[in-house]
Parts: sequence; structure tokens; C-alpha cells
Amino acid sequence: MATAATFDLNDDSVVVIVGTGSGGGVLANELAQKGVKVVALEAGGRYLPEDYINDEWDSFGQLAWTDPRTTSGDWRVAKDFSGLPAWIVKAVGGTSIHWAGASLRFQDHEWKALSNYGAVEGASLLDWPLDAAEMAPWYDKAEAKLGVTGTGDRPRLPGCNNYLVFEKGARALGYSEVHTGNMAINSVEYDDRMACQQTGFCFQGCKWGAKWSSAYTDIPRGEATGNLEVRDRAHAARILHDDTGRVTGVEYFDRDGNLQMQKARVVCVAGNSFESPRLLLNSASSMFPDGLANRSGQVGRNYMRHTTGSVYAIFEQPVRMWRGTTMAGIVRDEARHDPSRGFVGGYELETLSLGIPFMAAFLDPGAWGREFTTALDSYENMAGMWIVGEDMPQAENRVTLSDVEDSFGLKVANVNFSDHPNDIAMRNHAYAQGQAIYRAVGATRTLPTPPYPSTHNLGTNRMSERPEDGVVNRWGQSHDIANLFVSDGSQFTTGAAENPTLTIVALAIRQADRIASEMAAGNL
Amino acid sequence: MSLRKQGLTRRALLSRAVAAGTLAVAGSGFIAAPDAAWAVEVTAISEHEMATLLQMARDIYPHDRVGDRFYVIAVKGYDSEDQKSTVAEGVAALDAAAKEAGFDSYLAAGWEADRVAILRSIEDTAFFQTVRGGLVTGLYNQKEVWPIFGYEGESYSKGGYIDRGFDDIDWL
Repeated sequence: MATAATFDLNDDSVVVIVGTGSGGGVLANELAQKGVKVVALEAGGRYLPEDYINDEWDSFGQLAWTDPRTTSGDWRVAKDFSGLPAWIVKAVGGTSIHWAGASLRFQDHEWKALSNYGAVEGASLLDWPLDAAEMAPWYDKAEAKLGVTGTGDRPRLPGCNNYLVFEKGARALGYSEVHTGNMAINSVEYDDRMACQQTGFCFQGCKWGAKWSSAYTDIPRGEATGNLEVRDRAHAARILHDDTGRVTGVEYFDRDGNLQMQKARVVCVAGNSFESPRLLLNSASSMFPDGLANRSGQVGRNYMRHTTGSVYAIFEQPVRMWRGTTMAGIVRDEARHDPSRGFVGGYELETLSLGIPFMAAFLDPGAWGREFTTALDSYENMAGMWIVGEDMPQAENRVTLSDVEDSFGLKVANVNFSDHPNDIAMRNHAYAQGQAIYRAVGATRTLPTPPYPSTHNLGTNRMSERPEDGVVNRWGQSHDIANLFVSDGSQFTTGAAENPTLTIVALAIRQADRIASEMAAGNL
Repeated sequence: MSLRKQGLTRRALLSRAVAAGTLAVAGSGFIAAPDAAWAVEVTAISEHEMATLLQMARDIYPHDRVGDRFYVIAVKGYDSEDQKSTVAEGVAALDAAAKEAGFDSYLAAGWEADRVAILRSIEDTAFFQTVRGGLVTGLYNQKEVWPIFGYEGESYSKGGYIDRGFDDIDWL
């Protein structure tokens, strides 16, 4: 850290990256490793494993993005958690501190959802301008960076109690692709990080550093090159441009609340699928009255959050699901595309556990009385899984600017979301299968639990072949502005059934390669 | 209440009960358990209001193995000048709903099912939702409550569960 660079605000040779999570943090390091000068602006503070807290609410208070947002639409989150549409992180390292570590490649067919599913009424499906073959080498690099178990020669993690219940039920149902997952959690020491100690609290930041996070890997390594400066507690306000329409820098509020402007040769936006479109929309100007990169009108649209939900179940005997890896195993059999089930796309089932404090908040928000409390009384005998499936992009599921302003006077993001009928059919199928898994091992009660505030937030600056269909091209580069990139999950054309981080990382590594070569060629 | 016969002792004072059928007993400026296992002083709100809040908390999130002392902690914050009028109006509305249901007050309804029916009739009010919402953290985020549910809390300082039963399930 002693070697971390500092760059002048007027240095217009730097790449400015907004956000330092699995997209921005990886991009920053990859560029720095190639000798590109980078200033990364991060709205949150800096926390490392020794700072993380094994306590759900205390950790939430430390890490979560709790700046105001507003919600609308028919999703239950808008009613139960109207100011908290997402459970994501505001810190150096972003949501890579909080993520569970599941690292799955897209299935081949998912890169071409429109072609493979056909048009779906009410959905704005599109094919990615990429495919599995093109992404394969980038996935290889991403898996090696994250140390993904079950890839390369890395063994899988051992199964905890919650997994063992899940596995036995899944096998009883005849599922065959059942294992402890492809996890960015070390099963053995790897890349100077130790092996998982089955501590639980994966969502609260891994105190051992066994789970990959950019906070304590890519960020410090990028800083060690002398090419990366991370400015924490720097809240991006607006991207500026010149009269040729090229972006020239980023205005931000520094840790003291003072407005600064960092000049830039290239700007990369990686603030998650709410903050990235919000920043582009808040950067509207006379030349770009609808916001930057938004000639298509697509900025903020097609917000996806995965079709989620949980199934908890109660057994006669203790499970103690909180002991060990939070996301400890997976059933992949339902991830296939098989419209005979009554929906397009597929879903994964992955174990999940919450502690008592969050179980009380999320099991059935707003519920009270004995139907609710008798479930918690059996907490020790509870097992749990999470559903993650492909949801349909819809033009009206979108991030727009709210009338509400944050403490800086910047308009906040409003998140409008309503389920598509395909999402509902998939969720109901998954609830039935999840409950059947647990009944097969003797569950006395099953609890189909509604979606939590979203952690997988995707698609609001989507990638498209044609400029009129999306915001960025196959490199994550704005269709409208050559030196403006999007580097997070908001560039997803469709969401696939898989947890998104591995794909975000693979795209960031690939984008760094592109930006560095284009800079070297004088095209940027 | 048998305590009534014990004369002007502290217990006798406590026995001026308004909380029929429950553990909560009102005295002058505080409410306490009949067995004196806990007591809470009230300064801004009345004993009746605190006893009502306590019973509400129990009826909203009833856990028969969780003692009143935990519920008291969860609602004690309402005894403040800030909350005073909210509580007074809310409890008055709750008691009015109880009267409509044929009881002298919410606390006078002896069966949980009767009290729950009264609560259902006011569950869309801001008062009910404030009390319920506050309990989600006020009750369940008390570390002392967690062991009652079997939850073990923080584990990093103990080295996680790698050697402490992460895969010890024996009934599958």
C-alpha cells in the first residue's frame, strides 16, 4: 500500500473507474497490471477481513448500501422493504465482500436467449453479442483468479449439515447434478489465501479471506503496481463531456463533502445496476438531454434481479444450518431450458442459511403470530435453500431518477419491478421442487419464502449488437461515446440462471485487455 | 392472585394487576413480574401502557420459551417523551378495539386468540406496524435470546465450525 499511486485531478491520462467491486475492482487491477494509470472512485469506505463482523445487523450497518432509493412495481420488496430494493455493499470491494462465492459459467444456450427461447410476450429478450466459445478463455482466467473449486485442479469444499440434508433429498428425487458447487472459496490454500474454516457468515465478509473478494486481492495488488489510486468515500455525481461528445472526467464528492473533478482519458462505470444507470442519467446535458450513453433510451431499462425465493424446511432433528459455508451446495438439474415445465430458461437450487436476526426479518416479512413464530421456534431444526433462475428482461422494469434526493442533493434511483408470468411460473415450479426435496428427507413443515432485497442486480445498461437495442457494445463500450464503458452487471443482456459474479469478473478481465490494447493503438 | 393476601409488601404493591391472565403487573411507576424476576420503570408512559405494549409484543411474536424480560427490553424504548403521545393514542385505539370485541380492555382478554383477533383489527395502523417492525430487531437481535433458539452467533473467534460440528448431522 505504501507504493499506491496518487494522481493529480488534472491528469487527463488516467482511466477513471467508478466502483471497486467484482467489475470495477478487477478492471482496476487488470489495467494497472498492464501499466495503465487508474483512479478508482469508491463511494464507500475501506474494510478488510479483520474489520468484518460475525453479526448480521452489525455487519449490515458496516457494509450495506443504505443511502436512499425508492421503489415501485408489484414486487413484494417494494412493500416490505420500500427503501431497500437491494442488499448490496458500499465499500472498497463492493458486493464482492458480501457475495456467497457461487461461481458458475453461463450455459452455452443462455448467451442466445432470444434465439433459443423464441420471443416471449411482454419480455424484451435479446441475444448477447458474445457466445460461450468467445467467453471460454476469459472464464478460465476468472476461475483461476477467484480460485473456483471444482475447476482446474481445485477440489470442492466439504459438505456442511445444511448441504447433507439438501443432497440426500435431491438424490431421493432423482437429481444427478448435485455437489458442493463451484465456489470462489478456497477448499485448500490458494493464491496466498487460506482454506475455508466453515465459519458461516459468508455474507458478512470472510474474516479468513478464504472467499475471494476484490477488497483484499485485486485492489491491493493493483495498488502495489504504482498504477492504481483508490479514492474511498468518493461519491460520483456526474460524468462530464466536451463539445465533441467525448467524456472528459468525473465530478465527485470527496470524503469531506467537497465537489471535485477528476479528469479522465476513459471513464468506466461499475457502480452496480442501480448506481451505474443513475450516474449516466444524472449526467444529462444539453448535448445528451436524456443522460449519457442513452440515445437508445435503454439506460435503466430491462432491470433483472433473477427469479429468486427460498425454501426453508423443518425436521424432527437438529440441522444447525448456520454452521459452515452459507451457500454450501447446488442442484443443477433444473438449470436446463425445458419449456415443457411451463416456462423458458432454468433455475439453480443452492443451499442458503440465515441467522436468527435475518431469518426473523426475511422469512415472511410483515408476518406475525404463531404461524410465523413456531417456525422460528424450530430454527435449530431448519434447513434452507435459495432459488436463482433466469428472469425475463422487461422494458418497464427499470431504474429511473426519483424525485427524492440524497445527502449530496443528487436524485436517487427509483427501481420499478414487476414479475413476468414466466418468472412466476418458474418460481412456483422451484418452490414445489424445493419442498419436495426436503419432504423426501422427512421435513415436517416447509416454508416457501419470498425473494429478499436483490443482490443480483443486472441489465440496466445492457449489451447489444445494434445500438438501438442497448447501451453498450460487445466490449461494454457505450454505443454513443467511445471512451465511456460499463464494467459491471448492468451490461448483462440477459441474466442466465447462474450467479453473476464469475461472468462479471470474466467480462472485466476481457474489457481490461480491450481498453489497454485500444489505448496502445491510439484509439482511446 | 394469591399475592393479594400478603399485605403491603412490595409484592402486594405489584399485585395491583391490570394485566389479567398475564405475567405483567402494574405498580406505581414500574411494572414487574409477579415473581420479581424483572421490573421496568416507566417515566413517560403509564404502567397500563407499558403492560399493554408488553402483551402486544408477546402476542405479535409469541415464543413460549422466551421470558417477558426479553420482550420488555424490546419495548422499553417506547417509554420516552418522543413516543409518549404515539403510545397513548395507540393503546387507546387498541383498547377501543377490545371494547368493540366485548372486552374491558386489550389486557382483559384472557385468551391469546381473542387478543390476536383484536390486533388483527388494527394491524394496518401505523402504531401496530411500528411496534411490530421494531420488534423484528428489538426482540430477535438480542444476543441473549439466540441460545433459546439454538443459534450460536459469532463463530470466527472459536475457529469456525471446521472442528466443531459443521457436518455432524447423525440422523440422515
